[in-house]
Amino acid sequence: MSSIPEKLRYASSHEWMRAESDGTYSVGISDFAQEQLGDLVFLEVPEVGRKLAAGEACAVVESVKAASDVYAPVAGEVVAANEGLSDALEQVNKDPYNAWLFRIKPVNPADVEKLMDAVAYAKSIG
Amino acid sequence: MKTTPLHDTHRTAGAKLVDFAGWDMPLHYGSQLEEHHAVRRDAGMFDTSHMLAIDVEGTGARAFLRRALSNNVDRLTATGKAQYSCLLAEDGGVLDDLIVYFFTEDFFRVIVNAGTADSDLAWLGHLRSRIAPALNLKARRDLAMIAVQGPNARDRTFAALPELRPAGELLGVFFGARVATGAGERFIARTGYTGEDGFELLVPNAQAVDTWSRLAAAGVRPCGLGARDTLRLEAGMNLYGHEMDEKVTPLESGLAWTVDLKSPRDFVGKAALLAKPPMRQLLGLVLAPKGGVLRAHQVVHTPHGDGEITSGTFSPTLNQSVALARLPAAVAPGDTVQVAVRDKRLDVRVVKPPFARHGQSMI
Repeated sequence: MSSIPEKLRYASSHEWMRAESDGTYSVGISDFAQEQLGDLVFLEVPEVGRKLAAGEACAVVESVKAASDVYAPVAGEVVAANEGLSDALEQVNKDPYNAWLFRIKPVNPADVEKLMDAVAYAKSIG
Repeated sequence: MKTTPLHDTHRTAGAKLVDFAGWDMPLHYGSQLEEHHAVRRDAGMFDTSHMLAIDVEGTGARAFLRRALSNNVDRLTATGKAQYSCLLAEDGGVLDDLIVYFFTEDFFRVIVNAGTADSDLAWLGHLRSRIAPALNLKARRDLAMIAVQGPNARDRTFAALPELRPAGELLGVFFGARVATGAGERFIARTGYTGEDGFELLVPNAQAVDTWSRLAAAGVRPCGLGARDTLRLEAGMNLYGHEMDEKVTPLESGLAWTVDLKSPRDFVGKAALLAKPPMRQLLGLVLAPKGGVLRAHQVVHTPHGDGEITSGTFSPTLNQSVALARLPAAVAPGDTVQVAVRDKRLDVRVVKPPFARHGQSMI
């Protein structure tokens, strides 16, 4: 059974978003996503300053088995990228909700509230 | 979906199961990478019961295989000796790759892939009717198969299954032995698909769970098809349906060494191979560390024309991505070529496989 923390918001493409104290949001992939992919071996994060449309492919995670795009859950600007995570990709498999890939400053913070909550996400992955 | 006698055991162990050629098989039991390392560093085991042993019994068995297989079975003279070979169509396309074991002039055993088992049986049956109608081809679905691989595979197998020690200890590399027991035949062969030492075991289906459990208790780690694939790729071994199929010849699949074109022996596909010199070759590719992951079907750009990756993965032993690719014949090891990965072209180095064997990098 996948872990789905209550305080986060979720996109149908299996990203999570967490509000940080400075008004930005961390983005990572859900426990369900890491479980589907298996052991991760490669990560490509977006450049800081890149402006993203909602649903735009902006990062890549690859496991031994498959490559998967990571999409911007909401429109916004990339304000940080977790470059160091490439050297500790097992963190994404072991602790997916603390392994953020990038941080985004949303164009419209209200967009985040329109994403799924934990209950809706749990339902969406059956 | 078809299941092996170990299916419940895999489920209980928490395996992630996937469809492989119509069989519900373990992909991994939690971590494919850890399973891979277990085989390179210690010992792991794979349920390979989806593969099929076919016993070729009766007078004329050797003559039949001499005609049916690409490699020369006349080189098999010592009891138990094994040989890797291709099963070819008349046009030289590869129907399957297999291992044939010689025991007596009227008993050979052939072990074929799961996905091609039925078509192999049909093809061999067709050849038999033309060449040796009295021969018996016996599909041994009554036997389960377990591969135990790794530097400690032999010791752990003997600890778990002491009754196999007398036969197993004496086995040279690429030899097999049949061991008669009160509860049916067992078979132990010093073969594998990982580039490590170890055994492939056949036991009656009813003994599969007990055999697996005893091996696990002796410290042999259950491994899934995921690790099996990264291990065989590091070892530079072909996977049917990826490196070769009925549309390519063994000469363009890195398998020229399994095709005997020198002896006067005639075999199915020989005339086509002689008429069709290879234009392409199978070679290895290595991507710089942290460069991404090469995958099957990616296009390889070379100064001599395009090629294609047949299998690509992340190599846990080398900690970088490696691939096998079918490339124009003029490309040589040492060359730098480019692979199209998403929106980029990545430089990769051409090498001669294998990439890793016996726990060590080979590049």
